[in-house]
Amino acid sequence: MSTAASVPYTVERATRASRVAAVLGAALVVLAVSLPWWGTNVAMRSVVEISCYLVFASMWNLLAGYGGLVSIGQQGFLGLGGYFLFIFAQKMGVNPFVSVPLAALVAAAISVPTAQFVFRLQGGYFAVGTWVVAEVFRLIFANVSALGGGSGTSLTAMVGIPKATREMITYWMALAIVVFAVGLVYGLLRSRFGLALTAIRDSERAAESQGIDVARVKLIVYVLAAFGAGLAGALYYLSNLRISPDVAFSVNWTAFSIFIVLIGGIGTIEGPILGALLFWLLNNYLSDYGSWYLIGLGLMAIVVIIKWPRGIWGSLSHRFGWQLFPVQRTLRLDKE
Amino acid sequence: MLNWIDTILQGIILGGLYALFALGQSLILGVMRLTNVAHGDFIILGSFAGYALISGIPGTPLTGLGLNPVITMLILLPIAASFGYGLQRGVLNGTLGADPMPSLVVTFGLSIIIQNLLLELFSADPRSISALGVETKSLALGENIHIGILPLIIFVLALAATALMEWLFHRTDLGRAFRATADDIDTVRLMGVNHRHVYALATAIAFALIGLAGMLQGLRTVIQPADGPGLLLYAFEAVIIGGLGSFWGTFAGGVLLGVAQSIGFRFDPGWGILIGHVVFLVMLMIRPSGFFPKTR
Amino acid sequence: MLLQTTQLTAHYGDFQALFGIDFHLEAGEIVAIIGANGAGKSTFLKTVTGLLPALPEAVRFDGARLGGRPPSEIVAAGVAMVPEGRRLFPSLSVEENLRMGAYSRRPGKWNLESVYELFPMLRDKRHAPSTSLSGGQQQMVAIGRALMANPKLLLCDEISLGLAPIVVQEIYRTLGRVTAEGLSAVIVEQDVGLAQRASSRLYCFQEGRVSLTGRSDELSREQISQAYFGV
Repeated sequence: MSTAASVPYTVERATRASRVAAVLGAALVVLAVSLPWWGTNVAMRSVVEISCYLVFASMWNLLAGYGGLVSIGQQGFLGLGGYFLFIFAQKMGVNPFVSVPLAALVAAAISVPTAQFVFRLQGGYFAVGTWVVAEVFRLIFANVSALGGGSGTSLTAMVGIPKATREMITYWMALAIVVFAVGLVYGLLRSRFGLALTAIRDSERAAESQGIDVARVKLIVYVLAAFGAGLAGALYYLSNLRISPDVAFSVNWTAFSIFIVLIGGIGTIEGPILGALLFWLLNNYLSDYGSWYLIGLGLMAIVVIIKWPRGIWGSLSHRFGWQLFPVQRTLRLDKE
Repeated sequence: MLNWIDTILQGIILGGLYALFALGQSLILGVMRLTNVAHGDFIILGSFAGYALISGIPGTPLTGLGLNPVITMLILLPIAASFGYGLQRGVLNGTLGADPMPSLVVTFGLSIIIQNLLLELFSADPRSISALGVETKSLALGENIHIGILPLIIFVLALAATALMEWLFHRTDLGRAFRATADDIDTVRLMGVNHRHVYALATAIAFALIGLAGMLQGLRTVIQPADGPGLLLYAFEAVIIGGLGSFWGTFAGGVLLGVAQSIGFRFDPGWGILIGHVVFLVMLMIRPSGFFPKTR
Repeated sequence: MLLQTTQLTAHYGDFQALFGIDFHLEAGEIVAIIGANGAGKSTFLKTVTGLLPALPEAVRFDGARLGGRPPSEIVAAGVAMVPEGRRLFPSLSVEENLRMGAYSRRPGKWNLESVYELFPMLRDKRHAPSTSLSGGQQQMVAIGRALMANPKLLLCDEISLGLAPIVVQEIYRTLGRVTAEGLSAVIVEQDVGLAQRASSRLYCFQEGRVSLTGRSDELSREQISQAYFGV
């Protein structure tokens, strides 16, 4: 009589690439934090700008790539973040830096009733519905003269703070927000919540039959994404100091996000980081070409989604199994 | 009181145009469930194409044919239909499937390309297609109510187009093929239907409607390259309010939208479009399947 | 030889469903295919009709190599299928469903009139939505729709599924009348007895392979059981 022996195994989270990346990442963080003391103002403002794109794109990626909710209206919450920064800092006298997370919280709060409307639609209809909501926000703010109406307004509440200090704190805030946002997404996906999300993405029906409250998970993702978008918006206008409804609520934010995520790789965490860097490079050197640059972006997006639907990082990751931010669990059988 | 009647009447007439914007999208949504984010941009492309056919492209040797709008329309419609056929077979057929991402991204990319291409060719200056004086004529209903002749023509065309689409969809062999393909693509292939061709035919018809709508938009108001997304939202809202799968529903949705906007404009010029969106969202809450939902 | 498959294979992505099926049917024959769920019977029909890819030489119909051709070409050549689960078009009425069957415009004796003569109760319901009919009536519509293509070969995928025995009898009786006039048929059936009675030859599929073939009246219960379950 033989006993059934269980095969010993370990569940691995990290990959070799991720260990290397973790070390490199730590070094990068040290480098980044110290930038204000050895870098230029332009460099700092560029990092802040990339951070906004990166955070916004990561949130879009969380929503679409992991949550399966393709939205083309996230700019609504970005704009809300920007405008509520102004409302808190300018109209209510709250410290501008504290106003950033506050504004994001307001954006997240507003996303809850918004979800009641847009979740009544599916797929492509959901996408356009989110755009309608963003337009509603834009039109409301364009009609409120106290906030400058259609032509916008300027943030003067920081006039008292010396420019160097303001830029430094804004810069560190940007870093903190990026780390927070990416960390949030990463932590989320490693958790049981992340498993639920992936299950829903793969098959809603199957997930539901496993006891996952699909509606609740989708709402949580939507609210989180709105919070992140609000952070990106508040941060952007903290640096920019001048806001107008047409830019704050512009669908171009989503267009750029889609581009960033596509090029990088949808449904991965590394993807948007790679995409944001690439996008910023393209932006910096090619945006002088105005319309032709945008036409080029549009063509690139079309070609990439048809030929490489996983994006650049996604394709590489799929081929070689690279994961810098490992969210999967690998079963490894222990050798005797 | 009369002012209100006038406002509502103008709204109904405006709604006819919105219905025309929406018909093409209703057809494509109904046959292949494709959401074309560039729908409004294609309408504006149609407007500029009509403009260019008449007045040429500024800054280039192309001077246009200088024909009247009606003839130009007759030239534009077949071009638009062929373009739609080619676009569907060449690009969009490959994006269809359960995942909405590819079609959304591709049409989004097209939207950006069209807007910027038009910007490069025509600059951001508002342009308009001359209606040869018709735009100033109006019909008087009683003492205080006047309806512009051009908007009235547009409304009648919208009615005719809707009736034509209903007839096509429900009383012709092609319409039957559309409905069957939308129902069950595998089985319809077993009947010998080439689904790629059928989809492309649907898009061809939709683009003929888009070309018509674009031309009329250029006649009735000024057009600019960035106008597209706004028109997409009107079309989309009209379709959802009316109920997917019904052309008369789309028409009703367009009219409701037009009336809502017209009433909103009366209160404040800035509120018109906003009220339209709000009415859409309210309809979404209270009657999510629309006025005339077709059960599948 | 009307239909012949040679070493026919079929895949769903990475999953292989058919492992080299050799099958033949002479004009005027009725051949049955039996087998458990997942044995590959429907997959076989899908491959023959072009819904699944195949090598050109693997499927020969009426002398022509039809493997891998699109369904529209195969229908035009004279193959029509009554799909599993009937698959009527819900947005179309009974008559519109029948008319869809004639899409390929093959000439022949089958048209709306002759189909209504075959199934008289459908005439009263011609304008009703197809989904409002009973299971048996829907099956008649599905068969009528396939006949409208004036095929040389009719493929019937589990037409008895979900129907009461008396309805099944009626349907097979009608089918018999149709095939008596020369139409060939492949019938896929779960009901082994029914398959044996309705056909002259039969094949038994088991996990994607032919496990038994022979004349329907010569095969014994035990032979079939063994082939069916692979024991």
